[in-house]
Amino acid sequence: MSLALHLPALQVVLPLISAPLAVLLRHGGLAFATVTAAAWTAFACAIGLWLQIGQAEGGVISYAIGNWPPPWGIEYRVDRLASFVLLLVSGMAALVLPWSRASIEREIPRDLHYLYYAMFGLCLTGLLGITITGDAFNIFVFLEISSLSSYVLIALGRDRRALTAAYQYLIMGSIGATFIVIGIGFLYLMTGTLNLADMALRIREVENTRPVLVALAFLTVGISLKLALFPLHQWLPSAYTYAPSAVTAFLAATATKVSVYVLIRFYFTVFGESLVFDKLPLPQIMLWLSLIAMFGASAIAIFQDNLKRLFAYSSVGQVGYITLGLSFDSVNGLTASIVHLFNHGIAKGAIFLLIGGLVIGMAKAGAVPPAPTFDRLAGLAKRMPLTSFGIVIGGLSLIGVPGTVGFVSKWYLIVAALEKDQFWLVGAILLSSLLAVAYVWRFVEVAYFRAPPVGQEARCEAPLALLLPAWLLVIATIWFGLDTSLTVGSALDAAQQMVKSGR
Amino acid sequence: MSAETAILASLLLPLIGALGIALAGQAPNLREGITLATSALLFVCVAQLLAPVLAGMRPELLLFELLPGLPMAFRVEPLGMIFALIASGLWIVNSVYSIGYMRGNREKNQTRFYVCFALAIGSALAIAFAANLLTLFLFYEVLTLITYPLVTHAGTDKARAGGRTYLAILMGTSVVFLLPAVIYVWHLAGTTEFRAGGILPTAMDKGRSRSCWRCSCSVRRRPALMPFHRWLPAAMVAPTPVSALLHAVAVVKAGVFTVVKVAVYVFGLDQLSGATDWLIAMSGFTIVAASVVALYADNLKRRLAYSTVSQLSYVVLGVAILAPLSVAGAALHIVAHAFSKITLFFAAGAIYTAAHKTEVSQLNGIGRRMPWTMAAFSVGALSLIGIPPFAGGFSKIYILSGAMAQAQWFALGVILISTLLNAAYFLPIIHAAFFKPLRADDLAHPHGEAPLPMVLALMTSAGGTVALFFFSAPLLQLVRQLVPNAW
Repeated sequence: MSLALHLPALQVVLPLISAPLAVLLRHGGLAFATVTAAAWTAFACAIGLWLQIGQAEGGVISYAIGNWPPPWGIEYRVDRLASFVLLLVSGMAALVLPWSRASIEREIPRDLHYLYYAMFGLCLTGLLGITITGDAFNIFVFLEISSLSSYVLIALGRDRRALTAAYQYLIMGSIGATFIVIGIGFLYLMTGTLNLADMALRIREVENTRPVLVALAFLTVGISLKLALFPLHQWLPSAYTYAPSAVTAFLAATATKVSVYVLIRFYFTVFGESLVFDKLPLPQIMLWLSLIAMFGASAIAIFQDNLKRLFAYSSVGQVGYITLGLSFDSVNGLTASIVHLFNHGIAKGAIFLLIGGLVIGMAKAGAVPPAPTFDRLAGLAKRMPLTSFGIVIGGLSLIGVPGTVGFVSKWYLIVAALEKDQFWLVGAILLSSLLAVAYVWRFVEVAYFRAPPVGQEARCEAPLALLLPAWLLVIATIWFGLDTSLTVGSALDAAQQMVKSGR
Repeated sequence: MSAETAILASLLLPLIGALGIALAGQAPNLREGITLATSALLFVCVAQLLAPVLAGMRPELLLFELLPGLPMAFRVEPLGMIFALIASGLWIVNSVYSIGYMRGNREKNQTRFYVCFALAIGSALAIAFAANLLTLFLFYEVLTLITYPLVTHAGTDKARAGGRTYLAILMGTSVVFLLPAVIYVWHLAGTTEFRAGGILPTAMDKGRSRSCWRCSCSVRRRPALMPFHRWLPAAMVAPTPVSALLHAVAVVKAGVFTVVKVAVYVFGLDQLSGATDWLIAMSGFTIVAASVVALYADNLKRRLAYSTVSQLSYVVLGVAILAPLSVAGAALHIVAHAFSKITLFFAAGAIYTAAHKTEVSQLNGIGRRMPWTMAAFSVGALSLIGIPPFAGGFSKIYILSGAMAQAQWFALGVILISTLLNAAYFLPIIHAAFFKPLRADDLAHPHGEAPLPMVLALMTSAGGTVALFFFSAPLLQLVRQLVPNAW
């Protein structure tokens, strides 16, 4: 079928069209329908691509935009890793969008709804575009699309501090984007091409020149800013805390993950393992930064008073696990990173969706939802049993309890550490998960053992429209923790393909 | 019913039961009825498996792959059979007891209690039948998490603090020690399956001893070996039926069960020789030290808890001696201790319910008011001291003869000293209960026996303690299959 051939283009074009349409329609409900339809089709496209990849020769699908053959035209290039990330991003969008209809009703003024959907569509376009494109400059363009739209999305939060958070993110994100474009510029200068596959071939001749190393440095720092690698994470906690709940959930599950994807793409496809990992002290630097993130950010999380902020810091810590896996430079390490992209995405997505439902359930009808601080959460288990239980399950996954997705990631991380005979690292990984126990248990004790505030004992479970998508994700965290054939299978294939391409 | 369906049924029944209990939360009689029916059915299912296992078969059930090459699989072998029989059998007795206890003390949140209880039994059975280390580890964690609401049942600050200690030690040690051990075994052997004779390749000497060290490290805390014992007394804030079944049978037994299973099926006894001296020293120390603490504990449940710490180290010691006979003794001691200790906890709970007494020093003359309870208590206590004709008698003898065969004089001495200590902390209770006069203020508060279900339950378990001594043939047969050259 001819349509199947154009799936890579449709994957990005459909959400891209839906955004201006939403603006033209100028009506919350219609905009919702348009963007949601686009997100669902994008999800279908991602599934289609994932199935095609399984049969494609060499596990790669190349698509020339406008029929200009690469390396001259822009190439969309889907390999196993890209299709796995596409699946995560479009799947989360397809789930969060229906969820957000009931949520933004309370969090965003009604006349701005259509803008919210337009920005969501753009953000989705950007993230999908970054993942699918095989062109370095195209990556930058899509990165800007997704970043600019996410600044707006964050600024839509009702709390005035959302504006400062968005502004902070804007400054940091722009610095990151500038670094990235400088890095790409250097690479273009040295290789004379923007196509990633082509660049990978040509870079071999100029491998040891200073501009290439400078490009690597700029790209690493720029992308690390976007993925909130410690100590470049400052923008993240405030942005996650004050953004509307739906935005927090979507960005937490996808934005940093796509940035990690870009890092993997540049390291393994373009620069190649030997340059990045053997000749430079990059693995050591990344190892230590990851460790500091795992311990530092998790420790900070324990002392947070706002539940959203607590889990935002936990995200910084969890990113540490992902970059730790990268620093091993082995198939198992990379598998751990890739599978944790997905696993952490769904677990954190579930938690933030549940928190979103929680604040709405707690608010009086028509009022703006309050911040989920711990003193308001006392006795939550009695008032919202399903919501609190879901958060606990998500939290168990952050700890890495067997039977949840977090365990699977941790398993591969430890196997990777053992392969390198790094026994102390095994200890470090496990000790850091005890910090996760501490912050998750803060929630458990407040929600399950404190009596609810006087006069608020009544049950006030979040509406079903909010509970259902969130619980779908909660079930997914258990499902993919037990049956790992899809996640680990895809991640393992992707890691093997990446490592092979890097050699 | 085929063996495979029996395994599946025994794993699913507690789940279904828990669901039924949750749904029947508003109707206490129906709810308790479901609990009893589930436990009885479960025992029948588990018992179905006994004949095939005795005949030398090893029924298997493969569910799905957790990770590539690591399936979630169950296989019934003799040791697991023993453990499953105890857990499911005593659950019936315990359910009867719980009904009396929970109603007698008007506990809150009874539905949650029964639901968690059923789920805990389900995960204990999954641990018993686990065919590989990963499956075992998975349900280990489930068991820990499920019992957490039971430990903190009272919801008071004290219960919360106890629950925190419980969770911190159990989760902490299993994540920090057991998990890397499981992964390391997988890394070395390429499988985590339990196989007779062990799975670790003999050639890997350096790796073997290292991983051996890790593995033993990891499992030592569940049997509450000092210095990792603190969770057990902390967990005694739980209602007595929980202490009785979970902390005398399921949870701690799951730990020693793992020790025996790992020793026999992952390492193989032959490979371990020389690597367990420190384990002997450590468990020996725990046996004596915990007994001394028990001697000075005035709270009855606390005394029993420390006695458990000490008794379970017998099992570890029996394995560490590495004589086939002592390993057999260790397996037997799991059973003997289960029956004896549950009787003791039942008695403690009965005393609390009927007389509202928790301290040993308050028990003067109570045997005259609660003769059945205290008789059962005496049976349990004598059995743990190691006096025939009670179950604890012969397991101790096996461990002793194993120690002699291996010329482990230290172990021998430890067992003898601790037997004296056991007598020293149990016999005064029995003496006070039956021979000392009631105190004056007790005379003003008359009370009789505990509610009937409780008395029935504790008489049954005491009867079991005696019966085990006389009708031990199937048990011995199972043990012989576990350690073929024991005798």
